[in-house]
Amino acid sequence: MNKRRLTDILLKNMVVIMFVILCVGATIASKQPLTFVIPELFTRIARNSFIVLALIIPVIAGMGLNFGIVIGAMAAQIALFLTTYWGFTGISGFLATVALATPLAAFFGFLVGKLFNQMKGSEMIGGLVLGYFAEGFYQLIFLFIFGGVIKLNNPTLMIATGVGVKNTIDLKDTVKYALDTVPMLTILEIGFYVVVIGLICSALFKMAKKQTVNWKNTGLGLVAAVAVYALTFIGPVEQFLAADRLLLLYAVELWCLYMILAPVFRFIKWKMELKKHAGEELGSRRQFDKQKAIASVVAAVIVYALTYVPTLYKVLLAVKLPVMTYLCIGALCVFNNVLMKTRLGQNMRTVGQSRTVANAAGIDVDKTRIIAMIFSTVLASWGQLIFLQNVGTLSTYGAHTQVGQFAIAALLVGGASVQKATNRQALLGIVLFHTLFIVSPLAGKELFGDPVIGEYFRVFVSYGVIAMALAMHAWKKPVKAKDEKNGKEAAQAT
Amino acid sequence: MRDSFNGLVKKFGLPRIIIVSFFLILVAAAFGFQMNMAQFLGDILRRWGMFGILALAMVPAVQCGIGLNFGISMGIVGGLLGGLIVVEMNLAQNPALVAIHPLFAMWVAVLLAIVIGVVLATGIGYLYGQLLNRVKGSEMTVTTYVGFSIIAFMNMMWMMLPFKNGELIWPNAGKGLRNTISLASSFSEVMNNTLSFTIAGVKIPTGLLLFFFFMCFLVWVFMRSKTGIAMSAAGANPMFAKASGINVNKMRLVGTTLSTVLAAVGILVYAQGYGFMQLYNGPMMLGFTSVAAVLIGGATPKRAGIVHVLVGTFLFQGILTLGLPVVNHIIPESNLSEVMRMIISNGIIIYAMSQTKGGSGRE
Repeated sequence: MNKRRLTDILLKNMVVIMFVILCVGATIASKQPLTFVIPELFTRIARNSFIVLALIIPVIAGMGLNFGIVIGAMAAQIALFLTTYWGFTGISGFLATVALATPLAAFFGFLVGKLFNQMKGSEMIGGLVLGYFAEGFYQLIFLFIFGGVIKLNNPTLMIATGVGVKNTIDLKDTVKYALDTVPMLTILEIGFYVVVIGLICSALFKMAKKQTVNWKNTGLGLVAAVAVYALTFIGPVEQFLAADRLLLLYAVELWCLYMILAPVFRFIKWKMELKKHAGEELGSRRQFDKQKAIASVVAAVIVYALTYVPTLYKVLLAVKLPVMTYLCIGALCVFNNVLMKTRLGQNMRTVGQSRTVANAAGIDVDKTRIIAMIFSTVLASWGQLIFLQNVGTLSTYGAHTQVGQFAIAALLVGGASVQKATNRQALLGIVLFHTLFIVSPLAGKELFGDPVIGEYFRVFVSYGVIAMALAMHAWKKPVKAKDEKNGKEAAQAT
Repeated sequence: MRDSFNGLVKKFGLPRIIIVSFFLILVAAAFGFQMNMAQFLGDILRRWGMFGILALAMVPAVQCGIGLNFGISMGIVGGLLGGLIVVEMNLAQNPALVAIHPLFAMWVAVLLAIVIGVVLATGIGYLYGQLLNRVKGSEMTVTTYVGFSIIAFMNMMWMMLPFKNGELIWPNAGKGLRNTISLASSFSEVMNNTLSFTIAGVKIPTGLLLFFFFMCFLVWVFMRSKTGIAMSAAGANPMFAKASGINVNKMRLVGTTLSTVLAAVGILVYAQGYGFMQLYNGPMMLGFTSVAAVLIGGATPKRAGIVHVLVGTFLFQGILTLGLPVVNHIIPESNLSEVMRMIISNGIIIYAMSQTKGGSGRE
């Protein structure tokens, strides 16, 4: 029985296991030190995670892998070009670009959703062709409309003839690292204001609705926020937070601290509640999970001990995390999870499982699908902006072409399929796919004497994994369709 | 009047009407700019023959029920290998053959390349058909990505295959085959030049067109044979065909293999007309171009005939040939014609898909 379960797990995670082996093998073959591979990997995770996470919502809504995210990326690039032309710089420039890209992407997403409703069942190939189709219009805009129809006067951005945009646009003086280098101090400050405003607003809202306000909790929250904010005024803390990037070593240490402190807090809270509700029956109280607490403390200690291993220590010192970017990625993960708990998310899930059932349950299937596409396209446009601000140059005619391809391949490498994708699979996929991306040319050079073979290999992997996932999905489908049919017949019989 | 116009729009589809009017506008514009129409017509004829067989490869695929075959790259790869082997053997320079007639040597070379290509493509097509029989309902999605994958896989192979001929490999110290292989010393333009003549300034590539029509004729005959009719029936209504005792899976296999074989022939005809063989990512998008051509000719993902191939390829290549000079006359130094190609070819594919309502997917 146990053996069977093991093979089951192995089979289910075959793709992931295969890629882990491939990545480890290629890394060893490339003969590159970890101090090179890992910092590079963290840069790529920061760059690419957001856009991969943008793929999850359409998968849940049953629209498959959204090849249409290319259109979101195009919206981002149109917005970025315009804000660059208008001379916005820094984080305000970045926010202005986001503000401009969002309505554009939402509009495009709406159109894509409308079109996909016309071709239910072949959204994926439709999305792919649509990407190429949109590419034509994109080039039309950038080559002829900018400069040709709309007169733009800027020799650094435009081709010498004045018609058409240059091949590459340097973002060094505008939005490069705009999001990456937001200091932690600023983030905390903004976070403080958000928490305070949120608490006050929710209290006022409840008062207006004549509900009872838990003043004690609100007060405690405010005090905690002020306390944390006050901490930032202490000299050394302020100095530490003023840095715009976080050393991975500190990040790991902070994580260890959290893993130890969190159970302690929970324990204290549990004790306090125990005292307060001494008279009440046992069942109403939340139990304190001792095993979990101990496990987290042990994990923290082990991880902390590991940082003293010299090779790891060197790696940890070499990596600097752009805090705000990682926070954005985390926020999107949370958003994906929270959305699924709302009514809209549940509707999407139902539509994804069966359009017929969803329709019978009174869900507007077409509308739900359009909303899913709008979400995905907008998120993809933000993802592309995060990518571009990190890379620092906008390759006008090339930056978006491979976006869908690589994002989807990364998601699939993480073990996702056409019908099921989670945040965890997306993140794991990015790590594996991009490790392969970093080391395969070098491995190709070491093994075959030519880096080009490695480059072709990674391209082959990205196409091959998509082909395999699609074939496997289609392979399983007839069986499922038969099951559904049987189910329907059974339902009719009763 | 209005009703009949609407009926016409419905029958042809708005995009096709737009494309045809666009072609006519281009022709009118070319006349207006007093361009060399004879040369353009010759060009269109040449490209018609070059691309025709690749578009023809769609016919058996669509008729047998696998839909638009974006994966003709599978056959293309076989054809390219055939061409490479012939260039490696240096057959067109073989003194014994050249002694008869240089053109004869070239014909031997290109026909041998086609034979090798066909043999390889039959094997590939058979395996490919086996795969497609297992993914019924989402063939188009799978074919596209399998097609991309084989191109990416062959990219590695082109680097590693042990070809030795100086025409094929990079001249000094480079590794692998060249990006673009000149066929000047093997079978470049052999079909185009055979029996070609010039009429009123229009160069007619007789050999090429004859070969193209011959292939069309072969497919036409096949489609009217017992197997061909059974295949069309299997594609049009699998359940009914099964009830009439047709082995649907076998028919799909035949159609897929035939499509792959035609693609192998098609790429060699294309290469000889162009004078070069393009390896690596060169043939990646040829599948899309061919699909667009038959669709412009009036085919649907469920139905395609020889007429669609002839009309569609002529219109599509006509637009591409005329588009470049006409557009360049209006806006100099632009590659608007490339943009135009993208919008037209992908637009027509999207249109065709959105018309089928749910594609070929099983609901």
